[in-house]
Amino acid sequence: MTTASSKTMAEKALEYGLKADEYQVILDRLGREPNDVELGVYSVMWSEHCSYKSSRLHLKKFPVTGPRVICGPGENAGVIDIDDGQACIFKMESHNHPSFIEPYQGAATGVGGIMRDVFTMGARPVALLNALRFGEPEHPKTRRLVEGVVSGIGGYGNCVGVPTVAGETNFHAGYNGNILVNAMCVGLADADKIFYSAAPEPGLPVVYFGSKTGRDGIHGATMASVEFSEDSEEKRPTVQVGDPFAEKLLIEATLELMASGAVAAIQDMGAAGLTSSSVEMAGKGGLGITLDLDKVPQRETNMSAYEMMLSESQERMLAILKPGREEDGYRIFRKWGLDAAVIGETNTSGHIVLKHKGEVVCDLPLAPLSDDAPLYDRPWVEPAVEPELTEADVPAHDLNDALLRIISSPDEASKRWLWEQYDRHVMADTLSDSSTGHDAGMVRVHGTKKALAVTSDCTPRYVQANPYEGGKQAVAEAWRNLTAVGAEPIAITDNLNFGSPEKPETMGQIVRAIDGMAEACRVLDFPVVSGNVSLYNETNGVSIPPTPTVGAVGLIKDYDQRTGFNRVQPGQVLILIGETRGEMGSSLYLREVCDLEKGAPPRVDLDVEKANGTLVRRLIKSGVARGVHDLSDGGLLSAAVDVALASKTGLQLKNPTDLADHVFGFAEDQARYLIAVDEASAHLVIAQAAEADVPAAVIGVAGGSDLSYTGLSLSIEALRKAHEDWLPAYMAGKN
Amino acid sequence: MAFKAAVLVFPGSNCDRDCKTAVETTVGGKVDMVWHEDTSLPSGLDLIVIPGGFSYGDYLRCGAMASLSPVMQAVKAEAGRGVSVLGICNGFQILCEAGMLPGALLRNAALKYVCKPIELTIENRNTRFTSAYGNAKSVWMTQGNGDGNFFADEATLKEIEDNNQVVFRYAENPNGSVNDIAGIVNTAGNVLGMMPHPDRAFEQALGSADGAPLFHSLANALQTA
Repeated sequence: MTTASSKTMAEKALEYGLKADEYQVILDRLGREPNDVELGVYSVMWSEHCSYKSSRLHLKKFPVTGPRVICGPGENAGVIDIDDGQACIFKMESHNHPSFIEPYQGAATGVGGIMRDVFTMGARPVALLNALRFGEPEHPKTRRLVEGVVSGIGGYGNCVGVPTVAGETNFHAGYNGNILVNAMCVGLADADKIFYSAAPEPGLPVVYFGSKTGRDGIHGATMASVEFSEDSEEKRPTVQVGDPFAEKLLIEATLELMASGAVAAIQDMGAAGLTSSSVEMAGKGGLGITLDLDKVPQRETNMSAYEMMLSESQERMLAILKPGREEDGYRIFRKWGLDAAVIGETNTSGHIVLKHKGEVVCDLPLAPLSDDAPLYDRPWVEPAVEPELTEADVPAHDLNDALLRIISSPDEASKRWLWEQYDRHVMADTLSDSSTGHDAGMVRVHGTKKALAVTSDCTPRYVQANPYEGGKQAVAEAWRNLTAVGAEPIAITDNLNFGSPEKPETMGQIVRAIDGMAEACRVLDFPVVSGNVSLYNETNGVSIPPTPTVGAVGLIKDYDQRTGFNRVQPGQVLILIGETRGEMGSSLYLREVCDLEKGAPPRVDLDVEKANGTLVRRLIKSGVARGVHDLSDGGLLSAAVDVALASKTGLQLKNPTDLADHVFGFAEDQARYLIAVDEASAHLVIAQAAEADVPAAVIGVAGGSDLSYTGLSLSIEALRKAHEDWLPAYMAGKN
Repeated sequence: MAFKAAVLVFPGSNCDRDCKTAVETTVGGKVDMVWHEDTSLPSGLDLIVIPGGFSYGDYLRCGAMASLSPVMQAVKAEAGRGVSVLGICNGFQILCEAGMLPGALLRNAALKYVCKPIELTIENRNTRFTSAYGNAKSVWMTQGNGDGNFFADEATLKEIEDNNQVVFRYAENPNGSVNDIAGIVNTAGNVLGMMPHPDRAFEQALGSADGAPLFHSLANALQTA
């Protein structure tokens, strides 16, 4: 076994996560061997996490422009126009690998990191969301991971003071070896005060501010770019440690610094820390940057240049100030108690030069770092897709039992245990959140009549069964959820979570899911403005289900016109918008009641989605739709339970089709909404739907204290118990 | 005369803007934000608000460090002159640490942070904070904290109860607070500390407007002064 000092650079390159051929490119371009620090820089910048080398080619398929898009992918977060000179900045990011190793800190720093991506562009964060996928409940690690992740999200988000208003949580054996923690942040800014990362000129001071640099998280980016194996526990030192109090101070200081006019460019230090921020800022500006590492505020003694450059210590920013503005900076940093130092300057060298203890320890041309970054067109195979099911494949079952099983299943059960640990109301602008009976979270745009609607969606079992259709569906469902509260869907942020792209089957999932998503984005005028890719989510060769999470934002121009499904009144008529053909493939009914995971997922007809959603939005705007809930997991009956529990009213439903009762009740056909209207308006709505060529049928009425349907009758109390009891009992170790 | 209020801002306060908005929306007037390092407050204040949040990251004990901030001297002086002081959540913790209210806030009995709508009964309608609640039996606000468990030793508790210092009680105790105490006032009646957030319940769009009368009570007190 070679000791560290006797390893060749080539061997080190492999250890740092580079491939042999990638290392060869470095040698060829540099004309020499890189030293240890330089190798460190290359290894993190060319890691999958930072370079997107396996996905970049396919990400180009996403539509990224639109009338409301101010800034698409390529910056720290995406920026959209929300009228009145205001902009919304948002992004979703994954912190999967760290959360599996150290759930509290992994999740906490995931929240911290995504917030920084948003406020580094000039936006005050106003909402947080998260999409969590855990292993099966029976797995020995699941409880601890749920406990840790939820504590971490709450512990960080609550302290920083941004409400966590929406999200989703799934459990499936496919995530036993790799959980997913996707965190999304939405912020508000003035459209003419957006801050970018490209260094604009040479001769400007480069200022580091925030927390001191320590040895935490070194090679975090590389850790996120490989699979797990038995000895992954020893990767614990690669997990970053967060301090939400420091982050709160950082937000205030950063926004004040920006307001002072002193900032020329700015970027947060996230994955690959000081390396990625300095390389990207100088590189994007076509300039060079020289840093004196002796000036970096350090938390530990004797830190090497390598350690400082690769550290992923949290709550740090790198700002390039306008000439002579350093004092403004220091005044603000002192006020907020942050460490700060001028650590370098921009120049025209085109190189990144690092000095430490009087020596030059790194001198790399910047252009090749990005120009030569590996771009792979990895081999892929067309994914095997599940076949369509026939009626015979979908056994009937006692409907009371079926519904109770579905609403108490881990995926569908109430997540109250979880979201009661999140502050959902801080900032006093929350109109709806996980607790309130709405399809999307909503926060007011402070001081105006506008509101932002936000959601996170993905149905991994659909993507598994057919990546193309499942990718489409993730985008379509996000679009529907925003529509259902009365918002105009504007744009999405994509967080792709997949296994190893080096396996053609997995690469096929990635390619086809992106194809489906891109198609949906195109037809629905719903561009991608930011995103994140997390690959290598597999352990001992077993990959996670393909999980392309979609985070989306919509605009409500007058929040008095928003809708939900928590105010449905007895006597109101229930109308089902959209056609039900009986799509049972890969449904929750099949999985939870029949113990089968098979069948083609529901088709997504994007033109139909558009037409149906446009009608629903019109009905909401006119005030006729008093309650709206889109249909998804568990179909009509599951949606009916949501309405009954949120509105505290019974519902009497009927099946007006030729489909079998269990099929009409639990099919997961897309593009459908359940709306409640006053009796007097029902015929009007049916007529309007007919005019718009949108299928619509009266299927029931609200009232009483039971949910009833052919072969089904359950009291609201029984529904509440089934829906609410599972998770708290599970977390208490009782089931 | 227009209402004049000041909201303190400590490093880590995060409900300061919420409190400003709550005052402006309910009673209007002028609201100044006062940095914790300031040693003087604006003159002629009708209300000083100590907002919720995690001042100093809850380091040491919740509110302990903030209670020693330079601005707190001025707050104590103004309180001594009878100016109304409202401490919400972390603000309540700061008031107890500063000795301006009896008792202390401990970790929630279930050891978890909890955020939920909370029903409160109004125990003392004769304070300057509650006069506008009329005959309302109970009100709804929201609660969001991990350390809202009010505690006072037997003797102190007896004094608090005997002096009618309890202003709000939980209808359903969410955190183990002794005697279900959610908010108390000092013996002079001008300093109120409460764990629930009237600054998140001041208009219907937020789910409840039951926090608004608290601010109206204070504005009314001026007119009758």
